[in-house]
Amino acid sequence: MGAQAHHHEESFVSKYVFSHDHKMISKQFLVTAIVMGVVAVMLSVFFRLQLGWPGESFAILETFLGKWAPGGVLDRNAYLALVTIHGTIMVFFVLTGGLSGTFSNLLIPLQIGARDMASGFLNMLSYWFFFFSSVIMILSLFTEGGAASGGWTVYPPLSALPQAMPGSGMGMTLWLISMVLFVVSSLLGGLNYVVTIINLRTKGMSMTRLPLTIWAFMVTAILGVLSFPVLVSAVVLLLMDRTMGTAFYLSDIFIGGEALDVTGGSPILYQHLFWFLGHPEVYIVLLPALGISSEVIATNARKPIFGYKAMVGSLLGIGFLSFIVWGHHMFVTGMNPFLGSVFVFTTLLIAIPSAVKAFNYITTLWQGNIRFTPAMLFSIGLVSTFVTGGLTGIILADSALDVNVHDTYFVVAHFHIVMGMSAIFGMLAGIYHWFPKMFGRMMNTKLGFAHFWVTIVCGYGVFFPMHFVGIAGAPRRYYEYSNFDFLGSVMDLQPLISTFAIIGAIGQLFFLFNFFYSIFYGQKSVQNPWMSNTLEWTTPVRHVHGNWDGPLPEVHRWAYDYSNPVHDADFVPQTTPALSGEEVH
Amino acid sequence: MKLLILLVVVLGLVAAVQLSKVYQLSISLRGKREEDISEADNRLNGGLFLAFMVAFYVSFVVLLVKYGSYGTPPASEHGAAVDRLMDFNMAIIFVVFFIVNTLLFWFSAKYYHRADRKARFIAHDNRLELIWTVIPSVVLAIIIAYGLQTWNEMTGEASEDALRVELYSKQFDWTARYPGADGEFGQANYNLITPMNALGIVTEEGVAAALTEIEEKIAKVEEEINYEKGHLLAEWAAIEAELHDDHGHDGHGHDDHGHGHDAHADHGDGKQALEARMAEIEHMLESDKVNILTEAAYEAKEDKLYRLIRHRQRIQEIRNFDFDGELTAWESGMDDQIVKGEFHLPVGREVEFVFRSRDVIHSAYMPQFRAQMNTVPGVPTRFKMTPTITTDSMRTVLENPEFDYVLLCNKVCGAAHFNMQMKIVIESQEAYDAWMSEQGEFIVKEGSEEPEMEQASEQKESQTITASL
Ligand code: HEM
Ligand SMILES: [Cu+2]
Ligand SMILES: [Cu+2]
Repeated sequence: MGAQAHHHEESFVSKYVFSHDHKMISKQFLVTAIVMGVVAVMLSVFFRLQLGWPGESFAILETFLGKWAPGGVLDRNAYLALVTIHGTIMVFFVLTGGLSGTFSNLLIPLQIGARDMASGFLNMLSYWFFFFSSVIMILSLFTEGGAASGGWTVYPPLSALPQAMPGSGMGMTLWLISMVLFVVSSLLGGLNYVVTIINLRTKGMSMTRLPLTIWAFMVTAILGVLSFPVLVSAVVLLLMDRTMGTAFYLSDIFIGGEALDVTGGSPILYQHLFWFLGHPEVYIVLLPALGISSEVIATNARKPIFGYKAMVGSLLGIGFLSFIVWGHHMFVTGMNPFLGSVFVFTTLLIAIPSAVKAFNYITTLWQGNIRFTPAMLFSIGLVSTFVTGGLTGIILADSALDVNVHDTYFVVAHFHIVMGMSAIFGMLAGIYHWFPKMFGRMMNTKLGFAHFWVTIVCGYGVFFPMHFVGIAGAPRRYYEYSNFDFLGSVMDLQPLISTFAIIGAIGQLFFLFNFFYSIFYGQKSVQNPWMSNTLEWTTPVRHVHGNWDGPLPEVHRWAYDYSNPVHDADFVPQTTPALSGEEVH
Repeated sequence: MKLLILLVVVLGLVAAVQLSKVYQLSISLRGKREEDISEADNRLNGGLFLAFMVAFYVSFVVLLVKYGSYGTPPASEHGAAVDRLMDFNMAIIFVVFFIVNTLLFWFSAKYYHRADRKARFIAHDNRLELIWTVIPSVVLAIIIAYGLQTWNEMTGEASEDALRVELYSKQFDWTARYPGADGEFGQANYNLITPMNALGIVTEEGVAAALTEIEEKIAKVEEEINYEKGHLLAEWAAIEAELHDDHGHDGHGHDDHGHGHDAHADHGDGKQALEARMAEIEHMLESDKVNILTEAAYEAKEDKLYRLIRHRQRIQEIRNFDFDGELTAWESGMDDQIVKGEFHLPVGREVEFVFRSRDVIHSAYMPQFRAQMNTVPGVPTRFKMTPTITTDSMRTVLENPEFDYVLLCNKVCGAAHFNMQMKIVIESQEAYDAWMSEQGEFIVKEGSEEPEMEQASEQKESQTITASL
């Protein structure tokens, strides 16, 4: 292996567009994800306007949505389309493609001491599939009948029959095509990540010395590789039901004044296939965030992460269990009650490794010396949301209780806090923390503070009250609630929730401005601004092909020797050889 | 409007410029590095965590006091058990929520960075970790055991003498069916759905009516196809060409569309037949049944015709189905009772719901009874419960004379999903019997007038929807 990275001239296209360099690809993923995130947030503000003040006219809606909001009042079909695309973009494009794509790409080679991904070419393909899948998803918003509208889970028969709703026409077809491309992207990325981690670790980087980020990315990639193919089959069967007259998911249907020529299929089959991906998917979203926060918390508490082995173990445990819990989304589909009991059991088991993780984070803070960088603030926020949201999962996992709250706002509250807020916090923490590594400049700290406090207050302000709305019996995916007086005064919370949502959305401008402005004008970064132990901070600030100018670094210890009393400095980079007589991890 | 957008854009730009000034200033003024967080900033953020925690807890308690009831009190037997289980689980998660969040925010505030401190180096502690693995496991074991016990009770078999009610969903309303005097539901088949037989109940009359309807539809589409102007003209021209041609080969052209073209000829009296067909076409072209279709629309009609014929076949299969002479299944539908708009149940009697769906998945959600079950096309589902509080008593309890129990749809099913509801009335057995005796029996009448109930409620639905827009 050549010690010196090759320095040949590169054209703009090969450097910025069809780059094979993992650092550039990571930036491409990040910027795409931020754009998609802005779209998804705007969509949510649009429909929160309707939910907060039903029937009132908002000029801004007509400006942006045109015929979908005649007179400034959101159309009922458009409402469902916005909700669906919001969810799809957030879960898949921001928190799966965006989160893993950015940080797995950036950190895997840098933290394990590799010159690049195992296959730079596949890596580039992974980005471009992601890009085109994003474009198609956005385009689907502009189709004649509107975008897919059956919820991000697109259950058939609703999604299979164009006559069932306008969004099940062209919009739905584009959704499915976009999803297939997305899965290709995820698979290319995931295989690459796993292979790289297993094969390209530098000398001394044993599996037990891997930073927790890498462990998290690896488990995530494995989950993706095992579960996304199942989603593809679900999606392809659905496409066939839509276009070729098959009936995998359809049976005994009379719609639009016509008895369809379909028998023997089962809509429930789709749900099994979908959630076989769907539940691992929520961990595909969450685990990278947990990995990032482990790293950020240890670095900024100036303490070793507490219980490294337990953290790895619980990652593996959660990863494994996530494959055998999917039925908890289907307690009220008429599933055999005994099978339901099994899923109750497996689902609640996940709470154990989750609890271990939460306690380990908190103990890491205990007697630490905590530097509140913006990344650290978001990581601490993540621990709070992970716990708060995870706890309501206990209610949902209990089938007897889920019967009453399934598909209500209680579920919306649950998964937004545990998955939405936690993963977004993890992603933001990652951006603030590794921005210097990506762009060679620093983001502004004060703006970061303001961003965090607005975000956590508004985040909880939006999602916490939703628990109460849901428990009172308010179903989700409702255009308005004024037809039910049994809901009574709980509905007073709706304008409050929407207000928080709007302020929170505007508060993201602190971030957007900081991010894009700092790329060009931020303070120049030093090599290791956070005084961190991991290998990425031993690379030069200026990006070079192959990451290290000289030979690859050699690793002599784990990543968490912070405040080790044996050493004078409060951090000991992984490249530091053991002192004589020192027992290294 | 345009002005407003402009204003917003300008304001946004101004804000951005200002921000960038502040940004630059903050860098140059402080003259220090972004990554150096001052002690003041660290103390501030730590303090803010505590302040946030207090505000969070206070809002939580306020919300809990104001909105903490589970909507209305449980109105069913298992509902009470579910609420007890909920209280139990909630108590546990409240405790954990407060402990863990407090530790998190408190540690954050307490251990903020000071230059003169060093963090404590402690990498793991098996005893501690064991504690927080074992304690959650034990608590979860209890939660699982208690939860599954309640689950088993609510999902067990319904008793023999339970009242059986079918709830039938379609975009966007509910229909309830009672089995009538014989206590047995008639068979249903989606192929038999007609305006008069909204649930597709299988009776001899039902089959006959469905057949009549399908025949009418087939005839209508056939007529539209046969009287398509373009195709008629083309056929006419083809025949004329053939007659002039004198070759006498067989008329091709449009016989593949088949119906009503029997004028196509044998060789013998071919010419005559062709001429007759031409005259017929000329005659047809004059009738007011003539219509003009694009090629795509014409093909769509042919497709539709094909589907209708398949549908007719399926109905015929039902008609010819041999029940070994046992036709009770057909007859037990005759006395079924069908209601829309609202349905009644006697208090204190177990009821077993059977759910069916016509088009997409819906979900029958009865929040006051803590009951929910999806309705799935092609896959019947069940749920049992025992109502314990009459509508009147609940009105007294809630001090709301307007209160009504509702059945909602809780699985997104299309544009009017949010308004797909049906009123539930719980009343004494006597009141229930009286109400029931007013409900007519289900009979498919020949003739085309729609049953009144259906019309009325459909109207009501569209009214509420327009009213709500
Ligand atoms: C920690 C990461 C978690 C994530 C990212 C997550 C995410 C989600 C998401 C996206 C849904 C979708 C709801 C829908 O659209 O219908 C959901 C529902 C659910 N979650 Fe979680 N969850 C997490 C943790 C938990 C835990 C710890 C439990 C149980 C102990 C749990 C139990 C459930 C159950 C039972 C449902 C189904 C609820 C329903 O559909 O009624 N989750 N979760
Ligand atoms: Cu799940
Ligand atoms: Cu619905």
